Amino acid sequence: MAPGRALETLFDSHPDMYEVTIFNAEPRVNYNRIMLSPVLSGESSFEDIIIHGDEWYAENNVTLHRGEMVTEIDRKAKTVTGASGIVENFDKLIIATGSNPFIIPMPGHKLPGVIAYRDLDDVDLMLAAAKKGGRAVVIGGGLLGLEAAAGLKLRGMDVTVLHLMPTLMERQLDPAAGYMLEKELSGRGIDIRCEANTKEIYGEGKVEGVRLDDGADIEASLVVMAVGIRPSLQLAKDAGLETDRGIQVDEQMQTSDPDVYAVGECVEFEGNCYGLVAPLYEQARVCAAALTGNKESAFEHAEVSTKLKVTGVDLFSAGDFADGHGREEIVFRDAARGIYKRLVLEGDRLIGAVLYGETSDGSWFFSKIKEGAEVPADERSTLIFGQSYAGGGSLDPLAAVAALPDDAEICGCNGISKGQILQSIEKEGLTDLAGVRSCTKASSSCGTCTGLVESLLALQLGDAFAAPSKTTVCGCSDLGHDEVRRLIVSQKMKSIPEVMQSLEWKTSCGCAKCRPALNYYLVASWPGEYVDDGQSRFINERVHANIQKDGTYSVVPRAWGGMTTSAELRAVADVVDKFNIPAVKYTGGQRIDMLGVKKEDLPAVWADLNAAGMVSGHAYGKSLRTVKTCVGSDWCRFGTQDSTGLGIKLEKLMWGAWTPHKVKLAVSGCPRNCSEATCKDIGVICVDSGYEIHFAGAAGMEILGTEVLCKVATEDEALEYCMALLQLYREQGFYLERIYKWAKRVSHDKVREQIVEDAEKRAALKERFMYSQSFAQDDPWEARASGRVDAHEFNVLEPAE
Amino acid sequence: MSDVSSKARWVDACGVDDIPFRGSRRIVEGDLTIGLFKTMDGNIYAIDNKCPHKNGPLSEGIVHDTSVTCPLHSWVFDLKTGQARGADDGCVKTFEVDRRDGRVWVKVAG
Repeated sequence: MAPGRALETLFDSHPDMYEVTIFNAEPRVNYNRIMLSPVLSGESSFEDIIIHGDEWYAENNVTLHRGEMVTEIDRKAKTVTGASGIVENFDKLIIATGSNPFIIPMPGHKLPGVIAYRDLDDVDLMLAAAKKGGRAVVIGGGLLGLEAAAGLKLRGMDVTVLHLMPTLMERQLDPAAGYMLEKELSGRGIDIRCEANTKEIYGEGKVEGVRLDDGADIEASLVVMAVGIRPSLQLAKDAGLETDRGIQVDEQMQTSDPDVYAVGECVEFEGNCYGLVAPLYEQARVCAAALTGNKESAFEHAEVSTKLKVTGVDLFSAGDFADGHGREEIVFRDAARGIYKRLVLEGDRLIGAVLYGETSDGSWFFSKIKEGAEVPADERSTLIFGQSYAGGGSLDPLAAVAALPDDAEICGCNGISKGQILQSIEKEGLTDLAGVRSCTKASSSCGTCTGLVESLLALQLGDAFAAPSKTTVCGCSDLGHDEVRRLIVSQKMKSIPEVMQSLEWKTSCGCAKCRPALNYYLVASWPGEYVDDGQSRFINERVHANIQKDGTYSVVPRAWGGMTTSAELRAVADVVDKFNIPAVKYTGGQRIDMLGVKKEDLPAVWADLNAAGMVSGHAYGKSLRTVKTCVGSDWCRFGTQDSTGLGIKLEKLMWGAWTPHKVKLAVSGCPRNCSEATCKDIGVICVDSGYEIHFAGAAGMEILGTEVLCKVATEDEALEYCMALLQLYREQGFYLERIYKWAKRVSHDKVREQIVEDAEKRAALKERFMYSQSFAQDDPWEARASGRVDAHEFNVLEPAE
Repeated sequence: MSDVSSKARWVDACGVDDIPFRGSRRIVEGDLTIGLFKTMDGNIYAIDNKCPHKNGPLSEGIVHDTSVTCPLHSWVFDLKTGQARGADDGCVKTFEVDRRDGRVWVKVAG
């Protein structure tokens, strides 16, 4: 992360000054390590935390050697050698080897199943272990250890945390806050043992448990060691650079060799090593400046603040908060609300702050600590109530932000002040969060200051600021569709009330917007397990017909691939006569639509249609609607393949599937495209040599031609690709987002990557689709015509009197 | 003008369990269709089933909190007062409901 930032800064000011080559020991691009915990807990995905995608390396002409650890630096010859033998020359070298997790060399520490928590590989190992279930022991109750514990717990493991010290996170928290944190985490079912000294890890061939020196024995299938980090300096040491605890650097980040710089966790500066992101990014900035010959910027040791990234735990600490001679403390507690705040003053200055349960004043206290300004005697007694009280103002968040001085730090990770943000909003004409993120970096790392940045946008732009850029599901929640979807899956939530409780819905039972969305997400996530909530479906999906303006319904039976028979047509004609159905029409999707059916008649209409072999056409649902076909090689003199047959097969595989929005397909037998496949959600165009699969077209409020997904040779492949594509949309689409909107949001290339390039993923998607379909393909008309389901829907009540 | 209350009468509409939670039923009284709604907490309300906007059948809507969203154009009505919520302006008539021995009684006029 630090070298990535250094390069960004460098490319901004001097894009062509250097030709850059990167050796990365990890087999991937630069990603945001601070956000590994949300990936572990399932609140983010790896894609969400990538800082530099492949295109960044290409754009800046950077050569990246992935998974290539540097084994030797030859400072005389000015070359670097990688593990597989790659040799590169350099004029200037930046060492950013980071740190190694410290592994206590106790018996059993090398057993499979004993891991550290450092990079994505560790997260993958933990996720694999969590899938198998069982107990995980986390050794170390510091920041990383607790984030790992909380994540593993959310992933369904039993978790024990062993911590050597009497209270958790003793370096960042005082004992009182440490105790509150312990209580909170215990309440979530995490077993926390402080003053626990691990004696050994045991197991035959793999981890089976740990033993403590008091004799206690804890069975475990996974042991995560999170007891600290050590700068990784062997490479620098071997190269003859000066090292002590870390690689020695001066205030320009220069090592003992003027052509070699070092940044990040491997560095030691004036006796300090750093593990939090803010000072590392500052080092990156200074290093980039030094590389351009600018000697004016200099790295200075500064205080840092800490936040714990465990959802629902608000915790903040900064500065020095140990008791000591000449120090005074101010404490505020509210047990009922679980709030604890403690400020430490030395003389007239605020030097430390610990906040638990309510942390909105964190950045205000932190800026006071960094300023080192005097706290006047008359303000001392009210200091703990925070900024809004000090300003005498209300608790309005906008007023609170307005009252901050220009140099108040908003983004702790990137060291961005209020003034800088306001300035770039004005200068660059920014109007949204994404703009601020890309111009200033504020809120782009851990994201906890997002609310503050939005307030600044609102402050500067007034009404011109279009509220949060995130679209929430509805007014009942502050969460967006993506978060809700991800949390339902990661936290294994399996009912609407559970989702509303866990995700803190603001209404008692949702509304007409969020309930259908939640119902869909649960249906799609837990096939065969989740019990569909009819009362959370729109009337059309509840009664399996389309409500019309006069309260009657329309009925559209399925016609596979648009084909029909004389027997079916006769049955339709009889139904129309028998029930006095006032209108019959052909739809654009090659179906017959009977309009004006009275609700009470629906079950009897369906019974008659069922008797002739017809089932629901789902013309009313957010579901697979129609597969339109042309007659193809059966009849057409231009037809290249059996487009009708393929259409029927697709429809038979896909009918009954619930989707985020309606889905319409078409198959054309030749490029003349008579079934108009190139404006459908999914379209297939048959050609001599095979099948061209299209997706993401639209022909409604918007007109949009499809994009080509790929070309395949056989019909079986065409079926597999289409099913995988539909399943990907079912898993990723937001409720009421058509395929073309989803594809635009995630990018067409991302869709191609997952379906076309990744055969394993494609197969897995198809597998999940088939599994889900095994529960979905019951004709809802038959179930209702027989009176088995929802009889109450179709009867008017007869008063008893 | 005649006194409506003198003509009012109580109708035994259905059993309490005939209405699903967060669901509805309807009864027809002459020209009038009355929607009966049961909220999540089990309270039962009766309102004129006709949305004043475009005559949408309210009993077909989604029930949430003490409101129902019209299936045609998503107007939201408060089941207690009959008032449209939010920006929409309109009101439906409400009817008194009484529960007696597991039955739902509705007070209708005329």
